Amino acid sequence: MFDDFIVRAFAAGIGLAFITGPLGCFIVWRRLSYFGDTIAHSALLGVVIAYALDFNLIIAVFVVSCLLALSLLFLQRRTNLPDDALLGLLAHSVLAIGLVLLGILSFIRIDLMGLLFGDILSVNVTDLLFVWIGGSIVLIVLILIWRPLFAGTVNLELAKAEGLNPDLANAIFTLLIASVIAISIKIVGILLITGLLIIPASASRNLSSTPIQMAIISSIIGVASVVLGIQTSMIWNTPTGPTILTITLGVFILTLLPLKKLLISKKKIELSDKR
Amino acid sequence: MNNDLVELNNCGVLRNHKWLVRGVSLKVSQGEIVTLIGPNGSGKSTTAKMSLDILKPDEGTNNIKKGMRISYVPQKISIDWSLPLRAIDFVNLVKKHKTSEINDALSITGIKHLIYEDVRNLSGGEFQRLLMARAIAKEPHFLVLDEPVQGVDYPGEIALYKTIQEIVKKINCGILLISHNLHVVMSQTDYVICLNGHVCCSGAPNTVIKEPEYIKLFGKNIDPTLAFYQHDHDHEHLPDGSIDDSKKD
Repeated sequence: MFDDFIVRAFAAGIGLAFITGPLGCFIVWRRLSYFGDTIAHSALLGVVIAYALDFNLIIAVFVVSCLLALSLLFLQRRTNLPDDALLGLLAHSVLAIGLVLLGILSFIRIDLMGLLFGDILSVNVTDLLFVWIGGSIVLIVLILIWRPLFAGTVNLELAKAEGLNPDLANAIFTLLIASVIAISIKIVGILLITGLLIIPASASRNLSSTPIQMAIISSIIGVASVVLGIQTSMIWNTPTGPTILTITLGVFILTLLPLKKLLISKKKIELSDKR
Repeated sequence: MNNDLVELNNCGVLRNHKWLVRGVSLKVSQGEIVTLIGPNGSGKSTTAKMSLDILKPDEGTNNIKKGMRISYVPQKISIDWSLPLRAIDFVNLVKKHKTSEINDALSITGIKHLIYEDVRNLSGGEFQRLLMARAIAKEPHFLVLDEPVQGVDYPGEIALYKTIQEIVKKINCGILLISHNLHVVMSQTDYVICLNGHVCCSGAPNTVIKEPEYIKLFGKNIDPTLAFYQHDHDHEHLPDGSIDDSKKD
């Protein structure tokens, strides 16, 4: 069944969009979009290391992302710089180190475009296993830490005072972001992954009235965009990752339209007609 | 620790070479309301946070009874627009409750009709009532209220303070209350601690108002007939804070 590269592409994309839904909600709620970007930038270093040591790409990127998250925690404690400055510092310096290393190790040939924008049609069965097994683990862990993470998102001190451990939940959440970015590299690429995290969640915000609703709708929007995006990209022969993201943007714009109001006013009109 | 829920011994918090508060000792027991009063920046919230173990004291010790349920009503909570949150979701924030329990808690604070309302559509006063309802729903052993009536109109304020007293009776918890409103607070409190970077004076309400330190901070124009009911029992005094008065602004 997974012999066909199109089937693999659908399976990988759907699996990824499924987890970026709820994870992206937390990124939006916690204003972490720049953090996602920073981790994604560091992915290049992971890729270079993976090629140099002939190591699994996803694991190498995951390890580098985790190290980056740890450095951020360390810098937050040691300096008084604001978070966005620290993130900028890390993002660009790690990207630069990756490029320098790439220059030194001149025998490595990396498909830079594929890395930046993903190449979902080249996903193999191993990648697929990472997406589905890794993705399931991420989802289960997220459900387990949901309460302390969410309570800490609403008010950190309240969560701490009432006996939850939001700091631990935050640290674990950081690892989850790192894993999802590692998983997603082949699928949408490092430049676009933050978009797949944020845009479905933002679109979902316009439609939902509870946190869990927002997480679920976000997943649905993501999955639908992936399915539509892969099909569209095959019809128009456009790059797949960017096509998927363009569609999520389309959905976001649709959610801005006052659909609810239109539906409600229609009902009212029907009711008044009946009278 | 018998009935004592929380005990601070000579606690202080140092930030950027400045003591936010120093030499604070207090004790909250089961079924007791202890009130902290003091001007802005006097260290009331800092003291509350030490009693919740959110802040570790840089000096002194904070003993907090293990395994008790704690509810905290912080001074300020802002809910980001990106977060869709209804009143019921907010009550369930730390612990999931049965809908009947939530309805009870919301009725006590008078906002039962708002259970499915989005939190950001609530007025300031309604939101304060929601914060309170969430705290009550947990049936805490120890309840910390940091300015719980801000934004609530005057009749509502009195009603909320009555509610606080009823809660103490019903679930027999200890309360640490921070408030600006001297009138209402003083009449419904077992013990008052007057802070201004250190403990200026403390004791039963009707003793504290006679202290020169208290009069210096709040003036003596407060009409006692309005606010205080007289206690007949003897009251104890804590020693004054160890900071000398010349440091005060």
